[in-house]
Amino acid sequence: MNVGLQHYLIVSGLLFSIGLLGVVIRRNLIVIFMSLELMLNAANLSLVAFSRYNSNLDGQVMVFFTITVAAAEVAVGLALIVALYRKRQTAHVEDLTTLKF
Amino acid sequence: MPQFTDILFFGLAGLVLLFGLLTVANPFSRNPVTSAMFLVLTIVSLAGLYVLLHAFFLAAIQVLVYAGAVMVLFLFVIMLLDLKEEEHRRLKSGILAVGSLAVVAFVGILLTTLLKAKPTASAVAGRLVEGDTVKLGTLLFENWLLPFEILSVLLLVAMVGVILLTKKDLK
Repeated sequence: MNVGLQHYLIVSGLLFSIGLLGVVIRRNLIVIFMSLELMLNAANLSLVAFSRYNSNLDGQVMVFFTITVAAAEVAVGLALIVALYRKRQTAHVEDLTTLKF
Repeated sequence: MPQFTDILFFGLAGLVLLFGLLTVANPFSRNPVTSAMFLVLTIVSLAGLYVLLHAFFLAAIQVLVYAGAVMVLFLFVIMLLDLKEEEHRRLKSGILAVGSLAVVAFVGILLTTLLKAKPTASAVAGRLVEGDTVKLGTLLFENWLLPFEILSVLLLVAMVGVILLTKKDLK
């Protein structure tokens, strides 16, 4: 059996689902954030696979951009979590109900 | 007789999925530090998959930026906030059941779509691209110059924003 585009896409989809599972079931803000990183990485993997099997390097440039934006996003998100922790002494989503109707 | 790269692919893919699962739902520990460590392993295995796809530059960037910079930031914040009491919280079984059901349904849709669509490679076997630094750099500074410059502004904005957000007297 030859490993092709489809195999990489299946791995990418499963990794995305694992990240989604983490966002849904975990209640710790930092772990939710890590699951978001998993989902971003899954998207990156499918972009690289498409780039490889379609002989087009544009996909890899896009992954380069995604990684940079993800680094900026992590910095801002973690700063928000630290600021939130200073104010509320918690990083647990169930304690943050100010906006709950 | 399977090829060596195929064996490598299945090994690395299995490692990625195993470590990813241990990141989000480790049955033995719900400590955020454990999750962070497994996330590092996931990212390094993904870099291995990038090498298999001949994206050498991206594999290096993945290890440097993700496993290096981003994970240090994560660990730094985890240690800064003392999250000891988080470990004692129970996961609510209702959320667990409904969430798992939704994700399983999502996986089902995804897999049936992928297996039906049968995405095929348009490239002939001999002409697959190599993601080496020279080619990627040329492309980046010719076709993608404007997004690249905008990205540098984005990084500057993020830096200023982070410094402002973490000031002690945030109004």
